[in-house]
Amino acid sequence: MKDMMQVSSNPHVRSRVTTSMIMYSVVFALLPATIFGIFQFGWYAALIVAVTTGTAVLTEHLFCLIQKKPSTVKDGSAIVTGLLLGLNLPPHIPVWIAIFGSVFAIVVVKLLFGGLGQNFMNPALGARCFLVISFAKYMTNFDCDAFTGPTPLALIKDGQPVNVFNMVLGRTGGTIGETSVIAIVLGACFLIWLGVIDLRIPGTYILTFAIFVVIFGNNGLVPYLTGSSSSFFNLTYLCSQLAGGGLMLGAFFMATDYTTRPITRKGQYIYGILLGILTGLFRVYGPSAEGVSYAIILGNLVVPLIEKFTMPKAFGKGGERR
Amino acid sequence: MKSAFERLYNGIIKENPTFVLMLGMCPTLAVTTSAFNGLGMGLSTMVVLALSNLLISALRKVIPDKVRIPAYIVIVASLVTVVGLLMEAYLPGMYASLGIYIDLIVVNCIILGRAESFASKNKMWPSLFDGIGMGLGFTLALTLIGMVREFFGSASIFGLTGPKVYGTTVPILLVELVNKVFNPASSSGVVRGLNEFFAGEFGSFSPIGILVMAPGAFFVLAILTAIQNAIKAAGEAKGKDMSKIQSGCSSDCLHCAESGCAKRLVEPEKVTKKADDETTKVVESKETENNGKGEE
Repeated sequence: MKDMMQVSSNPHVRSRVTTSMIMYSVVFALLPATIFGIFQFGWYAALIVAVTTGTAVLTEHLFCLIQKKPSTVKDGSAIVTGLLLGLNLPPHIPVWIAIFGSVFAIVVVKLLFGGLGQNFMNPALGARCFLVISFAKYMTNFDCDAFTGPTPLALIKDGQPVNVFNMVLGRTGGTIGETSVIAIVLGACFLIWLGVIDLRIPGTYILTFAIFVVIFGNNGLVPYLTGSSSSFFNLTYLCSQLAGGGLMLGAFFMATDYTTRPITRKGQYIYGILLGILTGLFRVYGPSAEGVSYAIILGNLVVPLIEKFTMPKAFGKGGERR
Repeated sequence: MKSAFERLYNGIIKENPTFVLMLGMCPTLAVTTSAFNGLGMGLSTMVVLALSNLLISALRKVIPDKVRIPAYIVIVASLVTVVGLLMEAYLPGMYASLGIYIDLIVVNCIILGRAESFASKNKMWPSLFDGIGMGLGFTLALTLIGMVREFFGSASIFGLTGPKVYGTTVPILLVELVNKVFNPASSSGVVRGLNEFFAGEFGSFSPIGILVMAPGAFFVLAILTAIQNAIKAAGEAKGKDMSKIQSGCSSDCLHCAESGCAKRLVEPEKVTKKADDETTKVVESKETENNGKGEE
């Protein structure tokens, strides 16, 4: 009887899932892509990933010390940010750029806006775009021991042939973690199985992008109708666009970032469609071959608007008045 | 003469338009991509500011109160046209790099602000020096910001190009230092690897390109505001009056003068009361006007 009289404030139902559990599961899911990247690009890639991760954790800890607040390193979000940034860098980038990017991601994009859950864009992608704009020479140079010359996406943009099988496998040039579709999808499946992410955003994102490419891309419907292409559908082109660049890594690991995606279901579909269209626009009509990172951070910026328009109505509100 | 020096000190240090009053942010952010641009913008603004202050102060008893803003703008615009044409003739390079921002001096809030708050209430002599002081303060601020952005963004200062500043000399020195520590002729693979690694690292120093682009301006502004807030907080902790130092937001909605602020949480009673009084006054005056018309 005594137990039944207790009064407590909500929440009454608690989940055992914690922030750090989610973060470490993401780290675990990223491991296949990381290991593949290191296996492919050598020890220097391992150094870059270790440096970005280490710097991110250290920076967050030091910033909390300076602010005289309890350190937030233990939730693991800094590790995810650092690891994602490392996977988004070319394999032979100077270490000081990697450190710089990591500090920027943690301090400017994440902690200055209030830390975990408050950042307005994905820290890793924000830092990546900052680095691409600042150090274009190093950030767009994907030459390494194993692969030289342009990335598959750049080849497609020039209309040159690519080997789709190698792209799916990951035996191509690119950033450390983006090359292998198989490794990324493996990690993503693990996350989906755990329930950490679902297919709503990645599914709509990739589907919209595929439709966009089929309609507007080279060998697509629009070039066919205007007469600049002889065929109206090219499976190789579509597959290489889907497998190339950071699309898979971005769709599964960065567009689904809890903080910077819409909360509402309807909003998540809109977000995915928006990302797909933006990526298609950047890749097909933009000057550079890749557009995933810009598409996602632009998408992040309109998330508050999407949420505003898809906010579900509270019970008893919004109906017709009689 | 004493008042002149006081005005200069006030404009450059005490009420520096950029660092303290936070006025004229548009040119501050837009043209400070290099130290020379900042200097040119600051000096042209100073000329306009000094002369407009002088003229407005001279005409302060002639200009009717109700049309003072258009009258000021006519004066400022004529001066800006003169400065712009002179610049186009004698400094075409500078004119090209500053572009539209020369014409935009017309609506620079420092100029209208000083006209409204100082020149229209004071004699010509102090007004002239107030303009010069404010202009020098603005020039100083723009040149400093331009120098910082130019140094980090394009590795030069006042156009002195990269290698002399930090483009190669520093990296070369560091590389040689590393070479001395890790002997490049060593037979050990590890030592040679380390040597190559550090030489590659230090040799690859390059400027942060984003700082000379638009986002860089906002980074600089954010840092500037942060420094101001720190100074303000430190001063207030010591009990000094820091009300002169403006900043982005002190989160003090109750005493904030910006009544149109979107984040406003509290409507200060005093202000609304005052506004109410004013509106009633306006209504009254209109009524009296109407009455007058009716009588006619």
